[in-house]
Amino acid sequence: MTHFEQQIVALQDYLLKFARLQLRNDAWAEDAVSETVVAALAKPQSFGNRSQLKTWLVGILKHKVIDALRHHHREVSGLEHTDDDNADPLEAIAFQADGHFVEAPADWGNPEQQASSQQFFAILEACASKLPASQGRLFLMREWLELSSEEICKELQLTPTNLYVQLHRARLRLRECLELHWYMKASAK
Amino acid sequence: MPFNRTCRDVAALLVAREDRDLGLADRLALRMHMVICDACPRFERQILTMRNSLQQWRNYSSPEDSTGNGASPK
Repeated sequence: MTHFEQQIVALQDYLLKFARLQLRNDAWAEDAVSETVVAALAKPQSFGNRSQLKTWLVGILKHKVIDALRHHHREVSGLEHTDDDNADPLEAIAFQADGHFVEAPADWGNPEQQASSQQFFAILEACASKLPASQGRLFLMREWLELSSEEICKELQLTPTNLYVQLHRARLRLRECLELHWYMKASAK
Repeated sequence: MPFNRTCRDVAALLVAREDRDLGLADRLALRMHMVICDACPRFERQILTMRNSLQQWRNYSSPEDSTGNGASPK
């Protein structure tokens, strides 16, 4: 294997992590990564550093992942019914009868500006992977694939209201998970 | 009072703002509430931290990343 090929193969797990998170299906994720590797090997080129190579590969992967979402359109577009449908996600936060917080939200510090950001990203990924599958896909279509609301609604045949409700729930769940795992961890130091 | 919102309402608005534009009345109510409330600005900081770190996460261009394993924590 050439150095280029070795580098690509070594990054498969890295790519798989994103593909799994977005597709929430191991077989689809593995296919998308294989296709990415094949496409990358077909046009060898050199990069100044590993970070640029990763960016290039992730760019290819995103196209393959969008193809997979389209291909499995039927399975992806149905919002599965969970307990989440009836529950108000704000209930996860305790409010008094008059609408005040029972306990003030925690100070998370500035994880995005600190060396601890890698740790924060790991928790962020773990929390995103715990979202209900269809909600997680929607959320990452927005936050990782960076599709517009219009594009997501079109791909998944959702109404804008439906999309916003799901994104709203996903964000509240993610916040709750981070409060639990990031803040508890940070305050235990 | 049209601009009188509870923390519960405000928390919902702060999350909604990540995905859609708020109407004028909501924006004004939000601003007025933030001035008198201690808890909601903390909630807002959490939401902004999420926004900023998601942006960094998706671009993944942190300096440690170029050295190798930093981006695949377990």
